[in-house]
Amino acid sequence: MDFTYTETQDMIRDTLSRFLADTYGFETRQKFIASDAGRDPAIWTALAQELGMLGASFAEEHGGLGGGALENAIIMEELGKVIAIEPYLPTVVIAGGALKAVGGAQANALIPEIIAGNAIVAFAYAEPQSRYDLANLKTSAKKDGVGWVLNGHKGVVYAAPWATHLLVTVRTGGGQRGHDGVSLFLIDAKLPGIVRRDYPTVDGNRASEIYFENVAIPGDALLGQEGDGLPLIEQIIDEATVAVCAEATGVMQKLHEGTLEYTQQRKQFGVPIAKFQVLQHRMVDMFMEVEQARSMTIMGTLKLDMPAAARMAAVSAAKNKVSRGAKFVGQNAIQTHGGIGITQELAIGHYFKRATMIEGQFGSADYHMERYERLVLAE
Amino acid sequence: MDMEFSPEDLAFQKEVRDFIAENYPADLRGKQDEGDELTKEDFLAWHRILYKKGWVAPAWPVEYGGTGWTPTQRFIFSEETARADCIRLMPFGLAMVGPVIYTFGTPEQKARFLPRILSGEDWWCQGYSEPGSGSDLASLRTVAVRDGNQYVVNGQKTWTTMAQYADWGFFLVRTDKDAKQQEGISFLLIDMKSPGITVRPIITLGGEHEVNEVFLEDVRVPVDQRVYEENKGWTCAKFLLAHERTGIAGVASSKRGVERVKAIARTELDGDQPLLANPFFKRKLAELEIDLTALEFTELRGLAGPNAGKGPGPESSLLKIKGSEIQQRLTELTLEAVGHYGAPYFRGFGEGDNEHPIGPDYAHRAAPTYFNMRKTTIYGGSNEIQRNIIAKMVLGL
Repeated sequence: MDFTYTETQDMIRDTLSRFLADTYGFETRQKFIASDAGRDPAIWTALAQELGMLGASFAEEHGGLGGGALENAIIMEELGKVIAIEPYLPTVVIAGGALKAVGGAQANALIPEIIAGNAIVAFAYAEPQSRYDLANLKTSAKKDGVGWVLNGHKGVVYAAPWATHLLVTVRTGGGQRGHDGVSLFLIDAKLPGIVRRDYPTVDGNRASEIYFENVAIPGDALLGQEGDGLPLIEQIIDEATVAVCAEATGVMQKLHEGTLEYTQQRKQFGVPIAKFQVLQHRMVDMFMEVEQARSMTIMGTLKLDMPAAARMAAVSAAKNKVSRGAKFVGQNAIQTHGGIGITQELAIGHYFKRATMIEGQFGSADYHMERYERLVLAE
Repeated sequence: MDMEFSPEDLAFQKEVRDFIAENYPADLRGKQDEGDELTKEDFLAWHRILYKKGWVAPAWPVEYGGTGWTPTQRFIFSEETARADCIRLMPFGLAMVGPVIYTFGTPEQKARFLPRILSGEDWWCQGYSEPGSGSDLASLRTVAVRDGNQYVVNGQKTWTTMAQYADWGFFLVRTDKDAKQQEGISFLLIDMKSPGITVRPIITLGGEHEVNEVFLEDVRVPVDQRVYEENKGWTCAKFLLAHERTGIAGVASSKRGVERVKAIARTELDGDQPLLANPFFKRKLAELEIDLTALEFTELRGLAGPNAGKGPGPESSLLKIKGSEIQQRLTELTLEAVGHYGAPYFRGFGEGDNEHPIGPDYAHRAAPTYFNMRKTTIYGGSNEIQRNIIAKMVLGL
């Protein structure tokens, strides 16, 4: 049993942290968001080519550094600390995770492109009616010769406006909520028949509603087995969920630090408000949530390799705790800041917005509590 | 970073498991199962068995009788003893005054006291709190006045746990009335059989006699029973508080407690289903279990993380706060789970008693334990004081 990081892992954190300190100040981030593209592509290129960061969690045979989920967690936490809007989660964690899981020619072709910063993948899994049920799919693909024809509507696909590729969960058989008949496709984002409606999200990202209108996709776009994709999708979403817990840890740490700093400057009744015990104890409670979020992220990350039921229970425990903590820390950061906290002017509110979106990402606290209960507390 | 046990760790785990299975006293197990109140001899029985095996003080340095285990082995040991529901050893000697003596004591004090703490020959109690000094411990007023080679001690201590059994007590006393509060305090080791000591029981909500008042009237204490320098006792007190807080997380025993509540909730019926199927009850239990996992991994990060071996810092206040809250929630859920049969007051078996108590075995002590465990957020520095410590020492406020 060992809870220390390797030298390489420490180096990844330090390198990224320094880079982001130089390039991703709050004002700069707001400029990225306000620009037409909604981001600065040079950042992604630098992450890939100057820092080698996008290869940290890939095997050496694909040109990576040989890391995995821990490296993803380290990177996500650092990105969280600057509320970065980079598509690391869908591209590296999710699409990268799916490609690592299926291996073969598809992995050999695309992973090097991801590592080089040339490919950005968006993950189209949610649908207007699906809520958090991964199998609740109306989007369908029908066999057509060697290929497929894709139809349907995917909702709130983060990073889709920037994507070169789309990773899509699709029904290829069975009923709308059946566990069989779910397949996973990785397709070119520019195929004819793909219609996007792009929009900004409340947390500073860009996303799209995506409509597939008789999109002809090649046979080799299928990842894994036809109709048997749900276990793979559950696995990559679990990996993504702990990665988001890591991001939340970074976001929550900054919410807490920002609050500590603010309360030591802000004076009322002639003293810094940090002198008031009621606020001190609140900030201690926030601190404890941050520490526990970090603990649960590590727990979830280390248990990703376990058999599916144990993995899901661990991930749900982590996400439940982190979602509750993110709400607590976010709301109390705003409350403690007072009026200035509810403006767009300070960074704190923008951290709060990201924390709030993380609460529900890949399942709310209640969703994960219920999944945990199902797995662990059977009568 | 990994959670794997090495082959050596697994062998160790088996060794511990086998040792407990072969050596844990059967009559003690029986008393625990029946929910009987435990005696001094009950506590000492398991202590002596571990002492003979050399396992009684895993946290101590090897030179003083520790085991030299790795953090992982210590984790395994505490997991296994909790899993087997072994009673918790009294902390006053092993976890509290022992570490103070080997850290701050003279060679003579170490030789005189440490072996008897390990063997269980001396039962220790803690003379800290006073009627007027609870959270504000440094305001204590028990005085020790120097008279040649002795101190003459006068005052009153309270909440002194298990003082009715104690051979020795470690006391915080004021040796300089004029110094600033923390600077005039000394740490004395006092023979509880000294003339002038009176111990009076305090009965707590569950009906237990755990704590006492201790009155000291012209108690003469040789100067060589002062640990560390005169007026520097607060240094020992602070050190000890940090030590006391690490064990307080109680992760392994709370894990065992969660399993116990689950078993009760599978047995108790709620309509035609087990209580565990009740969504409200299930939700509370699930949340408790998740919070316990968060506590466990926070403790593990400390034990086997980058700061391993540096001793407990102020972060241990987090473990105390969350650990005590969880212990309380467990007793709350247990009481809720047993329903009507939380009410009958079970006082343990008297001499010659052979009638089965009212209600299922698991219900007998549900309410007394719930009442008793309200202490956990109060003792060892209340949870409000722990928040003050974090605010000051960790957050720099």
